[in-house]
Amino acid sequence: MIFIQFLNGLSTAMLLFLLASGLTLIFGVLRVINFAHGSLYMLGAYFTYSIATLSGNYWLSLVVAPLCVAVAAAIIELLFLRRLYAREHEFQLLLLFGFVLVLDDVVKACWGTALKLVPKPAALDGSVQILGRTFPEYTVLIIVLGPLVALGLWYALARTRIGKQIVAASLDRDAANALGMNVPFLYTTVFVFGAWLGGLGGAVAAPLRAASPGMGMEIVIMSFAVVIIGGLGSIWGAFLGSILIGEVLAFGTLVVPKFVVVLPFAFMILVFLWRPQGLFGKGGV
Amino acid sequence: MPILETKNLSKSFGALQAVSNVSLQMEEGSLTSVIGPNGAGKTTLFNLISGRYVPNSGAVLLKGENIAGLPPHVLVRKGMGRSFQITNIFPELTVLTNVCVALTASSGRSYDCLHALKSSREILGEASAIVESVGLSEYTEYRGSALSHGDRKLLEFAMVLAMKPIIMLLDEPTAGMNQEETNNTVRLIREISRERNITVLLTEHDIDLVFSISDRIAVLNQGRLIAEGTPAEIRANDLVKKAYLGEDE
Amino acid sequence: MSDPKHQPAQKLVFVAIAILLVIYPLVLPRFYSALAIEILIMSLFALSFNLMFGYAGMLSFGQAMFFGIGAYTAGLFLKYISSSLALAMFACVTASFLAAVLIGFVCVRFTRTYFIMLTVAFSELIYAIGHKWASLTGGDDGLVGIPIPRYAIAHLPTIDLENIQTYYYFTLIVVALGALVLRIIVNSRFGHVLRAIRDNRERAEFLGLNVRRHLLLSFAIAGLFAGLAGALLIPFEGMVSLETLHFSRSADPIIMSILGGTRFFLGPVVGSALFILIKDTIQNFAEFWMLWMGAIFVGTVLFLPGGVVGFVGSLGLFRSRHATTEEKEG
Repeated sequence: MIFIQFLNGLSTAMLLFLLASGLTLIFGVLRVINFAHGSLYMLGAYFTYSIATLSGNYWLSLVVAPLCVAVAAAIIELLFLRRLYAREHEFQLLLLFGFVLVLDDVVKACWGTALKLVPKPAALDGSVQILGRTFPEYTVLIIVLGPLVALGLWYALARTRIGKQIVAASLDRDAANALGMNVPFLYTTVFVFGAWLGGLGGAVAAPLRAASPGMGMEIVIMSFAVVIIGGLGSIWGAFLGSILIGEVLAFGTLVVPKFVVVLPFAFMILVFLWRPQGLFGKGGV
Repeated sequence: MPILETKNLSKSFGALQAVSNVSLQMEEGSLTSVIGPNGAGKTTLFNLISGRYVPNSGAVLLKGENIAGLPPHVLVRKGMGRSFQITNIFPELTVLTNVCVALTASSGRSYDCLHALKSSREILGEASAIVESVGLSEYTEYRGSALSHGDRKLLEFAMVLAMKPIIMLLDEPTAGMNQEETNNTVRLIREISRERNITVLLTEHDIDLVFSISDRIAVLNQGRLIAEGTPAEIRANDLVKKAYLGEDE
Repeated sequence: MSDPKHQPAQKLVFVAIAILLVIYPLVLPRFYSALAIEILIMSLFALSFNLMFGYAGMLSFGQAMFFGIGAYTAGLFLKYISSSLALAMFACVTASFLAAVLIGFVCVRFTRTYFIMLTVAFSELIYAIGHKWASLTGGDDGLVGIPIPRYAIAHLPTIDLENIQTYYYFTLIVVALGALVLRIIVNSRFGHVLRAIRDNRERAEFLGLNVRRHLLLSFAIAGLFAGLAGALLIPFEGMVSLETLHFSRSADPIIMSILGGTRFFLGPVVGSALFILIKDTIQNFAEFWMLWMGAIFVGTVLFLPGGVVGFVGSLGLFRSRHATTEEKEG
């Protein structure tokens, strides 16, 4: 029973990680918390619903939906966010927040307010036996996907040319500029890539949690907690932070079911008080 | 007893030793200049004395009390005022308001939620007087951001004066100024500091200026104090000539 | 400091508006009074937020927590302790002020992004507590059964807040007083110190100011007035709903202040009026009004950094002198 709950926690953790990694990546380079991240996640889920329903193929939607979200993010960054880089930091945040307001209603207008169920892919519709108990196959996918994405991210950042540029730009924007890196291009790339991760999270979450208008808000605030605990700008921190929060939520449901939602925020505040830059963060507070 | 003293002050940033083992004394009312090539550690020294950095070792004594590591606002309350290399004013507030805020801060009435700032004749009067003393009267209603570079430095100086300091740290007060502005500023610094018996510690790149106004000169090179004395002593010092002045000639 | 040439004109405008506000409910149907009450309450909420944001530079995404704490405190007081309106309001402002001091103490230690995150975290925490502590707050159903104050003082007419006209005048007086107090604070020495801190925090520190303490005081004052605004909402529905603590409530004063203009004292008031009027109008045509409001908000952020008031001002109606003077305060 404990182990099953542990696995449940892991699946929540990996979903959180998909969002948190994008958030922390965007913050690391653009130095802005993407308030709209939850909305992008939500869009990922809704696109998945539409594509899966139209094509009958979940796997297709898993590939296409995050790309659609990436396109939406590109539009947001190129047409809107970019104009505010010269202005005070707060305006970028407010702009992204404005998009949350718009997107949440756009989704209601296009898809309605009712829950949209997304059927699990046939291949993973069953369950496996773990330690004598049944466990959904689909959840296993999520648990496996998380570390794969983490590894992929690590590889992309450490080994590819653009990855290294991204890391450099997150450490020192001005130096990156001086060294001839195309910083605006990097910004767009990072924002779009982070959004893609969020969209992927939505696509993966859709069969599990269904697509609903409030889903973005619920999970994004949780991901903020993860990112703060892990340290803004640190992928590794986001990974560990996700696991921590995922397990806290899983076991918290067993121990203090009534107040389980409070726990991530309590943790976040405690971490803030003890070590403001989080477990692995670098930025100054 | 010297009013300000540093004892074996050191600060490193990782592998870089920015300031090592600097010991200086400043007598009350004197004007000391700190000079040295770029990267010698002058600004770091200032930051250590004014509370922006915490030293790795050593002490900073203000009237005998060790103030090393105390936060800036506490030091200001103890009478230390400072200006910055990159001028630090309130760009969106008017010149007069800049000085009014400085006066409010030094008067200790900054939590006063009831009395309108602009109707206090007392503050307005004192602020106007300070603004006039630095020669910015015609710009009283201009926003800080609208001032020229030289005038901004004057405004910052006015704000330092409004703090009623007993010691002023001026980081390159004439940087970027033309000759006329420089002369004007220097005259102001001398007059006002003499008048109010304020101790001055400043850094400068203009060597002639330094020699003409300083009571004492301290020379830094690569974080170390290589010489300290009257202008005449420094002029005759071989070490200094080699490290610094020699490069100019 | 107004340009002397414009002062008599501005005074006339104020007097005209004041007269309008007073005769308003007497000449218009009930619905408009309700609308005006909503605008007044939100104005106070937005004004309190703007003290922190427009003047001190702190962007809080969690003001709903104080709005809700004020509302619930007043509601609980009226329901269980005493039907005295004055005492209930006293309890309400005390509770929100104290809560703001405690929460603000933690929050002001951090700047910008981290500050914002903390306000969100505390706000979610308080919402969760409000949600789960159903025995106290009524949970999802809200705090119901609050006796609406009917207050009789000696020979004066009874203040019966169930009567919409009385409710309107009561709200008008409280909000006007609140706005007046905030205006005094904003123009005080403290107010200018806040502006200086927003402008250049480091310089403020090097003037000897304990920046954190000043920010804490402004945080606490903002919380106090947010709580007061929350309490004023009670007679509207006769209850306190959980929604007062919800994150979306935190968004309201932000949108309103930005819309109206954060650098002008009355900006948030204009913003509140616009917000509620636009919302009402759109709701007549479309189901999803937030879509349009969000778009307007995005547009304002992008193209009207000074909000509507700033935009109108730049058209030369209130402008005096040259561009180098300080912003004209409303």
